[in-house]
Amino acid sequence: MIQYTIRRLLLAVPTLFGVTLLVFAILRMLPGDPAQAMAGVHATQEYVAQVRRQLGLDQPIHIQYVRFMAGLLRGDLGTSIRTGLPVSREVWTRLIPTLELTLVSLVLATFFGIAVGVVSAVKPYSIFDYASMTAALVGLSAPVFWLGLMLMLLFAVQLRWLPAAGRGGLAYLVLPSVTLAASSVALIARFTRSTMLEVMRQDYVNTARAKGLPQRAVILRHALRNALIPIVTIIGLRFGALLSGAVLTETVFAWPGVGRLMVDSISARDYPVVQGAVLVIALAFVVINLAVDLLYGLVNPRIQYD
Amino acid sequence: MAVVGMIIVLGFLVVAAFAPQLSPRDPMKFSLANKLKPPSATFPLGTDELGRDLLSRILHGTRVSLLMAVVSVAIGLVIGTPVGALSAFYGGTADLLTQRLVDILMAFPGILLAIVVVAVLGPGLWNAMLAVGISFVPTYVRVVRGAVLEIRTREYVEAARAVGTGNLTIIRRHVMPNCLAPIIVLSTLQMASAILWASGLGYLGLGAQPPTPEWGTMLGRAQEYVRVAWHYATFPGVAIALAVLGFNLVGDGLRDALDPRLRGRL
Repeated sequence: MIQYTIRRLLLAVPTLFGVTLLVFAILRMLPGDPAQAMAGVHATQEYVAQVRRQLGLDQPIHIQYVRFMAGLLRGDLGTSIRTGLPVSREVWTRLIPTLELTLVSLVLATFFGIAVGVVSAVKPYSIFDYASMTAALVGLSAPVFWLGLMLMLLFAVQLRWLPAAGRGGLAYLVLPSVTLAASSVALIARFTRSTMLEVMRQDYVNTARAKGLPQRAVILRHALRNALIPIVTIIGLRFGALLSGAVLTETVFAWPGVGRLMVDSISARDYPVVQGAVLVIALAFVVINLAVDLLYGLVNPRIQYD
Repeated sequence: MAVVGMIIVLGFLVVAAFAPQLSPRDPMKFSLANKLKPPSATFPLGTDELGRDLLSRILHGTRVSLLMAVVSVAIGLVIGTPVGALSAFYGGTADLLTQRLVDILMAFPGILLAIVVVAVLGPGLWNAMLAVGISFVPTYVRVVRGAVLEIRTREYVEAARAVGTGNLTIIRRHVMPNCLAPIIVLSTLQMASAILWASGLGYLGLGAQPPTPEWGTMLGRAQEYVRVAWHYATFPGVAIALAVLGFNLVGDGLRDALDPRLRGRL
């Protein structure tokens, strides 16, 4: 276990390093002169030169990378072209709403996904099973931004139960988190159902039934507990999908997260902010994946490390 | 269910082929007097903010979406398959480096890698295809590598080597035909993802640009009018969901038929 942890941590180092290299390259790979591209076509020569100096683009490329990494380690991601504020501050203030949205969606997806999956598996081929599995297929196929628009249309525009956009109290969180969670609920429900059906065919479940345990105890204590291990893996894997979906969901509901910051900054050609936002999302994803992998080893004593 | 998926996919292919014949009107024709009209006998699905017929635009959008999906899946397939196959077959340092590179690309979850590529290339229909295609490459490398790793230890590969067949011929004649199943299944499922991601880019304003009748781009415009024109925000999304559902069902069916072991992996 300790050996595995060390190996897993060591493997993450080149990945993290590569991510910084790739993100560093974004600005330099812009076609033509990046300073010109950022300043806009009609900018004066002086302004272009100023942008170039501000970004350090007048330095040789390896010096640029060293400066980029040195800044990164100090938490300095450069300065936004649009607002003149430090990128790190802009990204950090936007990261909290994104994590809030993502984590609430993860909790919703876990709870409803497992609940629906278990009920479907307990009564397979019932009306509930057909209805929920059809709904799951639709949930997996509908694009997240369209689902968001539809929920907004129904609950904000027609019924006026919930606010359509922005971030404030709990009411503002409902539509975005339900939207973002939908495809994960669908996936977790489908997966839970098939895993539970498999587990419920096992001998120990028959034994539990045979010794007269009530159905509830058989399902929750014997079947679900054993089905949980693969289910937990799937839930861990959903985190990336949620982060990626958050970019779209935030745009639908004008949620002030890091994904929306990134998209807005692409349109505004504010590349230092794009860099910072992409970097933070990717790093968060790598670190969370690592944590999930390591936690998984703790949760599941049966896992074998090679 | 796979049959239902087949019917949906074939339906979209027919619509793409005969979009001009099926469309009641010109998808590009402005008519400001008719803007944001709800569905009626003249405009079966209503009109958009410039008074263009929504049904005709959605039907023409089938061409755009299918083209984007086919091109981006092809990019992922053409780059990812040889890289994955060679990496697995030869192993060693090259394999290790390839795998680390894939790790790095996979650190950008889902649509994020495509967004990063579009950020560099600039928005647009072809750049969006390229972006989605590039973001598919790591998945192809992983899946093909996994399949080849398994196949290269088989007896018929050893037999081919024993009679003096060269490595590249072995890969082409003996290894690749045997990993067609996972590649076909993956490509079908990636068609669904490609439609989702390309429309996602369009929605964000990073994909196909107006006036191209792309479903996601239309939804991006429709959002501004969601309070006054429910039909505009609704129908393009129905088209996306239906197309994605079709490819997902066919992909699931192919997976169960060709290679049940892939269940849960793809």
